[in-house]
Amino acid sequence: MANSVSLSTSNKDLWAGGTEPYKASYGKLMMWFFLISDAFTFSAFLIAYGVIRFKHPAYEGNLSDFSFSQSYWPVPEKVFEAFPFFHGVELPLVFVGLMTFILILSSVTMVLAVEAGHRMDRQGVEKWMIWTIIGGLTFLGCQAWEWSHFIHGTDAGSRLLDGSIIYGANLELNQYGPPDFAAFFFFITGFHGFHVFSGVALNFLIFYQATVGILERRGHYEMVEKVGLYWHFVDLVWVFVFTFFYLV
Amino acid sequence: MIEPEVSNIKPIPADKSKIWQIWKVALILGVVTAAEFFVALQFPESWKDFKLFLFIGMTFIKAGYIVMEFMHLGHEQKSLMWTILLPTAFVIWLIGALFIQADAIYQVLYN
Repeated sequence: MANSVSLSTSNKDLWAGGTEPYKASYGKLMMWFFLISDAFTFSAFLIAYGVIRFKHPAYEGNLSDFSFSQSYWPVPEKVFEAFPFFHGVELPLVFVGLMTFILILSSVTMVLAVEAGHRMDRQGVEKWMIWTIIGGLTFLGCQAWEWSHFIHGTDAGSRLLDGSIIYGANLELNQYGPPDFAAFFFFITGFHGFHVFSGVALNFLIFYQATVGILERRGHYEMVEKVGLYWHFVDLVWVFVFTFFYLV
Repeated sequence: MIEPEVSNIKPIPADKSKIWQIWKVALILGVVTAAEFFVALQFPESWKDFKLFLFIGMTFIKAGYIVMEFMHLGHEQKSLMWTILLPTAFVIWLIGALFIQADAIYQVLYN
């Protein structure tokens, strides 16, 4: 009997807030449930992309003869082959690959910030949070460049059936293929990019709170952990976007 | 004038093996991403289905490491882990339902 917590607590009281279900705090649990619902949203986006892609004819023939056309779905590695300061050089998927590495690295620095928080290491939390914020901002900058390139288009553009040439893409016209392709690019990477943006804002908030000592006075750095969960989720989504939008 | 706040909490020294574990997962994620590149650009076009299989496999390896290690889900209570993982089965249902629908639309439009 020496080890029992309390004799007067019934099982019912425990679930009424007497203890933490799953040994996870309220905040962490709610963050997980939010992430589940967010995962469904992103799944819906990516699956809708698959559906619309299957609705269109695929490109048949050699990759080296590929040209943009409204009559079939484009091959992603032929669309995303530009790199800043290397105008006209074909570098398929290199830029998105770089973006992937940047986001993975910022996820790593976030884990290190959480680890420092567990040890009540305020300086460690500050250092790794600032690296995470820098990683997030770099990713956003890369995405801004990619959007700008996608919207303005290539030098040659693409000829429509009536003979007119269009450059780049918007929600009505798309030089790279069917307009749906551009619409999905804007919605999927845009929705993800907005998640990254909110992630950076939350990371900055936590960085600020750690720096002025709010978290230390609170006695624990659990906020870093909760925001960290969100940040890793953003990285996780990008892993799927990278595969199903750019590689396949 | 407000005195700058001085922390009187001594941080617990870092456990080297724990830090190394984090970087090891980062290394695995980096290597798998590099492998995805290699498959995308070096494997012949005719291996289309095999490439797709590899991409999906590698994506789930990366997702597994992020969720289980970085998000720490693998080290939480098992009941919490399954509470989070099992609902994603609905995603598989959505894929099945909508891809059958997509094929039907394609048949109507092009056949």
